[in-house]
Amino acid sequence: MKSQLNVSSVVAALVVAGLVLLPVYSNLTGNIFILTLFTRIVILALSAVSLNLIMGYGGMMSFGHAAYLGIGGYAVGILAQEGIGSGWAQFAVAIAVSALYALVIGALSLRTRGVYFIMITLAFAQMAYYVASGLARYGGDDGLTVYKRSDFGGPINLGNRVQFYYLCLFCLLAVVALVWRIVNSRFGLVLQGLRSNEQRMQAIGFPSKRYKLACFVIAGMLCGLSGALLANNTDFVSPAVMYWTRSGDLMVMVILGGMGTLMGPVVGSVVFLVLEEVLSQLTEYWALIMGPLLLLIVLFGRGGIMGMLGRLNRG
Amino acid sequence: MAEPLLRVDNLVRRFGGIIATDHVCLDVSKGEIHAIIGPNGAGKTTLISQLTGHLAPHAGRIFLGGRDISSFPAYKRSALGLARSFQITSLLTDFTAADNAALAAQAHDGRHSFRFFANARKEKPLRDAARAALERVGLGHRADVLVSKLSHGEQRELELAVALATKPQLLLLDEPMAGLGVTESQRMVKLLAELRNEVSIVLVEHDMEAVFALADRISVLVYGRIIASGKPDEIRQNEEVKRAYLGDQHVVVGHG
Repeated sequence: MKSQLNVSSVVAALVVAGLVLLPVYSNLTGNIFILTLFTRIVILALSAVSLNLIMGYGGMMSFGHAAYLGIGGYAVGILAQEGIGSGWAQFAVAIAVSALYALVIGALSLRTRGVYFIMITLAFAQMAYYVASGLARYGGDDGLTVYKRSDFGGPINLGNRVQFYYLCLFCLLAVVALVWRIVNSRFGLVLQGLRSNEQRMQAIGFPSKRYKLACFVIAGMLCGLSGALLANNTDFVSPAVMYWTRSGDLMVMVILGGMGTLMGPVVGSVVFLVLEEVLSQLTEYWALIMGPLLLLIVLFGRGGIMGMLGRLNRG
Repeated sequence: MAEPLLRVDNLVRRFGGIIATDHVCLDVSKGEIHAIIGPNGAGKTTLISQLTGHLAPHAGRIFLGGRDISSFPAYKRSALGLARSFQITSLLTDFTAADNAALAAQAHDGRHSFRFFANARKEKPLRDAARAALERVGLGHRADVLVSKLSHGEQRELELAVALATKPQLLLLDEPMAGLGVTESQRMVKLLAELRNEVSIVLVEHDMEAVFALADRISVLVYGRIIASGKPDEIRQNEEVKRAYLGDQHVVVGHG
């Protein structure tokens, strides 16, 4: 804990400060593109934070986390098309359906562990992908355009770029704070104990499965929220947001930033998505640079970026 | 006669063609230290794992305080007062010693752990219980050290502290002296002797000196079968036990 309180917390604070001040920069320079890019980054960071709760703190390698992005997105898209424009209703449904999906998938998946858990979560997410592709009424393969953003009434207007950005950032920071409380709570200690040694935890009297399932559901709900925001950001939702490569991206963001660290997934998302953006402008073959770069960081920087920064302190 | 604290009735467990637990019957009274000895591969750990619920027996039943717990999962048996230490140290290595003991206390303080907001490390009753358990085994001064930084001997002591923090009626100790030096072993024997009045103990151990110093009764397990059970003196005189141990490196000592 003590060592966290140096370089890595400074970097985390700088990242947050940067995110808070970004619209100011965008406004001063007239660079609207960067605001759009970072809105996406903040939203995906939220899903990475939620994935980190199961992967980093719970030790459950879920390879189907993007399913919740789709569930959240389709909740917004479908309700909007059916004439229910209220953001409160849309977001509530997004989160509730995500919770339900997580409960069912989790109850089945958590019977397995290790590589089987990875494969079964992947399989369920792919099922969700094909179900969405089959929704002919809602665009099927082509996806669904959201003609009107979620309506929260009052002064909240998601159509306003800056306001929407700050809403997303607020959600991200609130979720980070929530995760911070959770990991230090009774529940969080049990969760991390299970990651460390499940047999030991059972021997001292914890029914392990129900705690893991609860964690799985919480993470799913948070990612469902992120999905609802994402659909608002792109004004569009398609099965592609649930594709397994997207789940893989989320895992990479978490591992890159540092699994089981509070701000790791946020830092990882920023670095991953900015790199992707910058490299793809340089060359068509950007993945050729990105891949080895990520490999190097994962191979030599155990604990991701936050882990490397943590080691800097100790010299 | 009163119902024994632990009663094992014709327990059977096979691994493929091998019978690792062969119709084992055993009872442990309240306040007793009951040692289980036997050569390597006799099935001692297999037996312990069935008692704690980590391994399902193929036949037979287990009673704790008269209650049939044969089908209970490990966590439920823990709730009923059964605690174990592991032969191969099994702790939460990325937690501190105090966290390990505090989690054990947390599982047993009667409140569930679906609490998501309050900082559990600031719950004084849990921290106090953890500290008490650590001090009991002489680890009070190492409370805030990460388990991975503790010496092997200290980890063995912590195994015991964690078990004690669950406030057990019955301790199942799987080779608590494994890998300990001479002085550490002596400390452990002294500690177990002190615990005698608080908790019943099933002691699986290779260190015969320790076994004969501590045990009220001894059961001898060979190839999954209990070939003899009785007071230390009776076991020492038992011809079958002598034969079973002949040729094995663990020789029953002549005097305890």
